[in-house]
Parts: sequence; C-alpha cells; structure tokens
Amino acid sequence: MKEFQSRNRPPGILEVKDLKTYFFTPGGVVKAVDGVSFDVQEGETVALVGESGCGKSVSALSILQLVPNPPGKIVNGRIIFQGRDLRGLGGEEMRKVRGKEIAMVFQEPMTCLNPVLTIGRQLTETMEEHLNLRLAEAESRSVEFLKLVGIPDPPKRLRQYPHQFSGGMRQRVMIAMALSCNPRLILADEPTTALDVTIQAQILELLKRSTREMKVAMILITHNLGVVARYADRVNVMYAGKVVESGFSREIYHQPGHPYTLGLLHSVPRLDEPRKAKLDPIEGQPPDLANLPRGCSFRPRCRFADDLCARETPPFRDLGGDHFSSCWREELPRRR
Amino acid sequence: MEAHLEPAPGKKEEPRGRPRHWPRGVLRFCRQRPLGAVGGGVFLIMVLTALLADFISPYNPLQTNYGAMLLPPGGQHWMGTDAFGRDILSRIIYGARTALLVGFSASFFGATLGALIGVICAYFGGKTDVVIQRLIEILLSFPMIVLALAMMAVLGTGLLNVIVAITIPLVPRSAQVIRSSALSIRNLPYVDAARACGFTHSRIMFRHILPNVVAPYLILLTAYLGGAILTEASLSFLGVGVAEPTPAWGLMLKGAAVTFAETAPWMAIFPGLSISAAVFAFNIFGDSLRDELDPKLRTQ
Repeated sequence: MKEFQSRNRPPGILEVKDLKTYFFTPGGVVKAVDGVSFDVQEGETVALVGESGCGKSVSALSILQLVPNPPGKIVNGRIIFQGRDLRGLGGEEMRKVRGKEIAMVFQEPMTCLNPVLTIGRQLTETMEEHLNLRLAEAESRSVEFLKLVGIPDPPKRLRQYPHQFSGGMRQRVMIAMALSCNPRLILADEPTTALDVTIQAQILELLKRSTREMKVAMILITHNLGVVARYADRVNVMYAGKVVESGFSREIYHQPGHPYTLGLLHSVPRLDEPRKAKLDPIEGQPPDLANLPRGCSFRPRCRFADDLCARETPPFRDLGGDHFSSCWREELPRRR
Repeated sequence: MEAHLEPAPGKKEEPRGRPRHWPRGVLRFCRQRPLGAVGGGVFLIMVLTALLADFISPYNPLQTNYGAMLLPPGGQHWMGTDAFGRDILSRIIYGARTALLVGFSASFFGATLGALIGVICAYFGGKTDVVIQRLIEILLSFPMIVLALAMMAVLGTGLLNVIVAITIPLVPRSAQVIRSSALSIRNLPYVDAARACGFTHSRIMFRHILPNVVAPYLILLTAYLGGAILTEASLSFLGVGVAEPTPAWGLMLKGAAVTFAETAPWMAIFPGLSISAAVFAFNIFGDSLRDELDPKLRTQ
C-alpha cells in the first residue's frame, strides 16, 4: 500500500509518501493529513480533490513546511522533491526552496498581496531574493511576466498598488509572482475559488498554458471535479485526511472506483442530462478528524456500506492501469 | 459660502489616490477640528520658538544680573526675572528647546523601539511572545514617572539620561499597541504568501508587516509627545532631570520659585503655563490627528 505508485510510475519530481500532519488541539489530535501518498511527474498537473477540511490545503502547506506549528506538526512521512527529502532540510535551505523551486498560488488574491507595497515591488522582491537580480533586471523581467499573464501596459501597472487591480488581475499577478523564479513545481490552492465564474476559466487556462510552456509541474487543489477533468492529468481524491482514490482523470471520470468519487461526480450539474434531473448530493457531514470512526471513514455517508466496512479499513487496491481505490467493493455501478 | 463651494470639484480627486494637495487637507482639518487646529498651532509656534531661540530671545538665558533680581513683569522683562536676575521669557524660550528635544527624542525612540518589539512578538508568537509580554507587563506595572525616576537614580542627571529614562517607560506601552495591530496583520494571507515566497523572517517583519502598522505608530508618536514633555518637567522639578543652569521649564518651577512663591509668583506662573499649554496642545492635536486617521485605519 505504501509504495503503490513506484510499481508502475517512474520516480517523479515530487513524491509524498505516507505523510501524516496532525494538529494537537485541546479537543484532541486532529489528523488533518493521515497517511497521504502521491507523486507528481515532471511537467504534470496533479489534482487533489475533496470537500472542505479533507486535508488538501494542509497537504500543500506540509510540502512547503509551512504548517503552523504549534498546533500543527508533520509527524510522519517523506516529501521527496528532486531527490531530496524536504523534511530533512534546515530552515535556511527550506527557505531557498520556497518561491524558488516550489511556488504557491493562494486561494484569495484579494488579500494575498500586501496593500502597502506596489505590484512591481512585490514582483521584484522575489527575484532579488532568489535569483540575485539587480533592481533594473528584476523590473524588466517583471514586465515580461506581467505580459505573459496577460496584464496590459505592464510598466504602468508595476507602479500601482494592489487595490488598483481587480480580483482576476491580482490572481494573474500572483501567478506571475509564482512563475517568476522558474520554479519546478507550483502549488495552486483553489486558485479560482474566490473569483468570478467568468474569470475562473481564464485563470485556469492561463495556469495550464503557462505551466505547459515553462514545463512546470503543478498540484491543483480544488473541490471542483469539472476543473479536474479539463486541467489535470492525474487525480487524487481525498477524504478525511486520506487519499481514497488515485488515477488518471479520464479513468476516474469514466469509471470511479470509490463511492465518494461517485458521489462527487453526481453532485456536479451536467449539461448532457435533462435539466430537470435533480442533483444527487452526498448526505451527511465529513467526519470529525479528531475522532474518526473505525473502519472506512466514509462508511457513515456511503450508500454501499456493509459490516465489513465498519470493521476494517479497506486497502488501497490496484484497479489496473494506474488506478487505485480504497474500497471493499470490487465494482461500483457505472455512472448514471 | 460660495467661496467654500469652489474647491469642491478638486476635492473629488482625493479618493482616487493619496491627497496630493496637502494645503487643502490642512485647511479641511482646521475647519473640521478647530480645537485640534489650535493645538497644532501651539505646537508649530513651539517648534519655531525652539528653532529660532537664538534670534528671538531678548536676553541670554544664562546671564545673571544681580541688579535686576526678582523684577516683576514689565517693559524691560516681559515675564520678569528670577532670583538670579535671569530673564524668564528668555529662559522659557530656550526651555522650549529642552522640552522639545527631550519630548521628540523620547517619544520617537520609545514608539519606534516599542513598534519593533511589538512586531517581533506578533510575528513569532509562541514562547518568544509570552516571555517578552511578561517582561513588558512587569515594566507596565510601574507608573511612568516612577519608572523614569528609578532610571534617573541609576543613570544620574543629564540631558541624554533624561531621554533614556523617559524612553524606557514608553517602550512597553507602544509595544503593546503595535503588537495588537501587528497580530491582525500577521494572520492575513499576504504574510503566509510572503513566507511561501521564501522570504527571511526579518524581511517579512520589517518590509511586509511594519509598513502596515505605520498609522497606529504615528498616532502613538504624537500621543507620547505631551506625556514625555510632562515627564521631563516632572523629573526636572523633582531635581533628577536636566541640571542647572540648563533652561528647562520643570527646573524653573523649583528652588527659588518655591521660596519666593508669594512675593514673586511670576517665576512659577509662566513656566507652569508653558508646560500646561504645551501638553494640552499636544494632546488635543494628537487626539484630532487620531480621529482624522482612524476611519482610514478601519477601511484598510
């Protein structure tokens, strides 16, 4: 179970193995990430999908070693990035990885830019820090990157402050910042959640295009399976701190191996179905991560659950073709 | 009325960016907060007096004249003379220098050091914060004047020592205010974003958090000015502040001024008025300034 990817896939640019990030709160130990393993190949887009609080963002923060400590702590696992275990790096070495090798695009572009510094200052700062560029060089590079992300009149925009930009424009600036130091991997934590629906597709297209052009790998964190189908190569579906299903997006979309994935797919409206067809939500609430039930953590909400599910945690089974799922059921009904 | 309506089209420009026409801003401040404007006026006069003391002072403040001792206010000496025949007006004019020098330096260093400590506490949190906060609480448990007195007892008299002694009680006060502002900034996503960019702690603290707490910092600076001047006067009055013969308002209130309080009350009245006027002016000016800046603080 632990080394499942290495059987079929070559070692990637990032390999997360059995990662466990717990939060030690007065109410008990919250197992936000509990044994997560996945890998990312060079230039590939991997999605982490799941509902709020399933450990997607904490996984991303764990990779960058930015889990707020206390109360959070990475208690187990390896995060191997380009052959080095990031958990073994010292503070100073890790600082050089952040922004330079692994960059992050955050969820809320409205608050992720410092209101008192100009856009230009914030862009050049990263380059000065990591690429040792002089201000003039960093500025001309900033202009190039603002052009790349589709911001008109970059020299003028560089001198403006964040409040003079719209949400979509700020997210473009964030993407420009993330790309500016030629990272090998970008962590995009729900990059479009806070944006207007009309802007979402633009931003995702931009991320996809620029990562492809620059051959940057990307971890796309989202709760939207529609986004996944279009933009991700591989998908890891997370539930209650664990990866419950992993596979290529096409596979997962056409033949989901886990009832939770099936539920997620059914809860997204589809254009190819009669408009009157009702959405089929997943009933119930995600479990309390400080107090997980025995056996399969999805059991209380699962329509296929039986006694076995309550007794034992299902193994991460190989469904063939690099498709894994942790469910006792061999076969799920096909999509509706 | 119509004359007031005239600048209205220009006023509309302001919300777009920073107000570029500062004279208009000053005018608006005067109209909306007349009391604050009076305070500001007194403040301005005091600064000018201190700067131009050499030119406007009618006599040398240190020059004793035993032929003109304890003269009441009159044509020659507008505020009279003291027990050594020194001109009181000249001593008050030069005293403004001492008061402002001590007041500015102490409130500047106090507020600045406090701001640095506050930002460090807020940024690191955890044990660093707990330890520094307890130290700050110990310092805060002493009234300002008591702590300043204790500092003077350790350091001895002198201008520089007075500045240090007044700075130290101001530091914890400023640190607490700035810490609370910085705490709210620290939890904003752009600080996390800066960490994800791989910036050093000092860069995040001083480049990303500090500029965001400038507004409360400026308010503290003006608010502490009055207190610092009053403390300097108190220290001098108690005999541990600046030493004779340096002209200082607090110093002028003691010694002979007490002995001759009934026969020559002008020796105490004028420096006393100066202290009151200065502190009052700074406080109302600081308050108005705070009210003026506060709405902008909230909309940040």
